[in-house]
Amino acid sequence: MAAASMTPATIPRAIVVGAGPAGVRAAETLVAAGLRPMVIDEGMLSGGQIYRRQPANFGRPHETLYGYDAEKARSLHDAFEAIRTQVDYRPETLAWNLRENVLHVVTNGVAAALPFDALILATGATDRLLPIRGWTLPGCYSLGGSQVALKAQACSIGQRPVFLGTGPLLYLVAYQYLKAGVDVAAVLDTSPFGASIRALPDLAVRPGLLLRGLRFRRALTKAGVTVANGVVPLEIEGDGEVTGLRYHAAGGGDRRIACDAVGMGFHLRSENQLADLAGCPFLFDDATGMWRPEADGDGRSPRAGIYLAGDGARVLGADAAEVGGRLAALAALADAGMSADAALVTSLRGQMATLDRFRRGLATAFPWPATLARSVADDVILCRCEAITAGTMRETAEAKGAPEVNRAKALSRIGMGRCQGRYCGHAAAEVLAGARGSSLESVGRLRGQAPVKPLSMATVKADTL
Amino acid sequence: MAEVPVRGRFHRIAETDRPPVSITVDGAAVTAREGDSLLVAVLASGRTLRQSEFGDGSRAGFCLMGACQDCWMWQADGGRLRACTTPVRAGMDLLTRPVDETLWPLPA
Ligand SMILES: Cc1cc2nc3c(=O)[nH]c(=O)nc-3n(C[C@H](O)[C@H](O)[C@H](O)COP(=O)(O)OP(=O)(O)OC[C@H]3O[C@@H](n4cnc5c(N)ncnc54)[C@H](O)[C@@H]3O)c2cc1C
Repeated sequence: MAAASMTPATIPRAIVVGAGPAGVRAAETLVAAGLRPMVIDEGMLSGGQIYRRQPANFGRPHETLYGYDAEKARSLHDAFEAIRTQVDYRPETLAWNLRENVLHVVTNGVAAALPFDALILATGATDRLLPIRGWTLPGCYSLGGSQVALKAQACSIGQRPVFLGTGPLLYLVAYQYLKAGVDVAAVLDTSPFGASIRALPDLAVRPGLLLRGLRFRRALTKAGVTVANGVVPLEIEGDGEVTGLRYHAAGGGDRRIACDAVGMGFHLRSENQLADLAGCPFLFDDATGMWRPEADGDGRSPRAGIYLAGDGARVLGADAAEVGGRLAALAALADAGMSADAALVTSLRGQMATLDRFRRGLATAFPWPATLARSVADDVILCRCEAITAGTMRETAEAKGAPEVNRAKALSRIGMGRCQGRYCGHAAAEVLAGARGSSLESVGRLRGQAPVKPLSMATVKADTL
Repeated sequence: MAEVPVRGRFHRIAETDRPPVSITVDGAAVTAREGDSLLVAVLASGRTLRQSEFGDGSRAGFCLMGACQDCWMWQADGGRLRACTTPVRAGMDLLTRPVDETLWPLPA
């Protein structure tokens, strides 16, 4: 291995996609090694999801915005400010395609092709959803979206929201709304309470976070908010907009709650289309029922020059995203023949092991409700983009014999809409597997397609920068 | 019958002293605040953002992070804007349904 003072003949061209916790720490690590990476993010401001910033003319302090995580948020924002002049930062820039070590981006309608030696994909995650009757009604939002409204815009999604779904974000968002003075109608978790108990040995590796989750729950209950586990959501009611929610309670009996908004989500799913376009092989993860791009413990994919970090590689949360960003950058440096601090790598890998155990705990405590997804009624809209029902998917499986999701997509258009399957894909795969009587793994995964998000019709080509 | 004032879907809970910005939605004047996303600008006083092109009613956005594409609005001059990631600008002239149905290019 090269000595610390030695650098290879040519400085590798490095690009980081994503300026969240993973991307910022990756860029910082590359800068420390003497590189000048490009940092691409489609957002106007850096910070990613958890440390999302408010517009410049807002004045709430970090403590209000990020609560217990204020210090970490400040540290991440400061870290990015500190390297701002040492990176080629491209905000408002979408990475929309990738071919043979050239990344294709577009900034305000101007396209560019960027060749690279090392690409670190730190693209984060979005909410994992399944359809519930009425979920397209105005007033229904994703859980993450409910938090974005509060954090980035100082707004609540309604006067009396219900939060529904499962995962740590469910309790966090409900608590943040409560603290902001909003009249939270209920917190409805599809996971049975017993699941949390079973997950305790794994969750206990991060006692602080475990305690925090309990505190959120206690604060909500103390404030008189209905907090229920093991619910089966039946319908988001409303004529033209949300007016209530019906669910089946764990103890038996159907209940109705009046509300004018619903924030729903079932933990998170990775944004991994670019890894797919890069040709990274994917693995099926039984614990979550999701496919993820293959990578070693440091984030090195089997495709030369492609590294994966943060929630976009595997949903492990914010702290792991910072560790993963550093590890991926160190792996890229090592592969380019630049020395990496071996002691640092060892320490980061150790931290990752603990964080991964906690992730397993979360997967046990907040399981994806596969049965709920499979049993969605025929007349419920599965694809929000083009208003296509679950029945159409079943028909595609039964009458047309679609064996896997890509064929089903071609025949039914489910997954072909503007969101490219981000919001219907997981449930669509369950419905297809259910109709075929086969496993989720056997129906495969939707292949990523360029552009990964819709491009403006006015996009023009610029010279390669 | 006197018109009942329509309350907005979103509620501002802080940061309310930002300068006002005037826009038009379906021909009606709407006052937003500097720093609002277009989505918030419209929903702070309105109930919906758009009509679904597939005949299943109105929509008011969903993910708020540029992923679901369920908040695109139309501009009077023909363009389209994703409301959750577009900052509001004074004078925007927006429509909740397309002037010309062919403007949205459906993927083949
Ligand atoms: C809405 C939401 C809210 C969350 N809130 C919390 C919270 O409060 N507390 C908590 O512990 N965890 C939260 N999480 C979990 C969160 O994913 C992690 O905590 C953390 O933000 C992950 O960091 P990351 O760097 O991997 O990804 P992110 O922080 O998601 O950053 C990814 C970045 O990549 C950019 N990007 C993605 N694709 C492209 C592309 N093709 N082109 C250009 N740019 C791209 C995005 O704009 C984004 O800025 C939240 C997750 C979501 C989705």
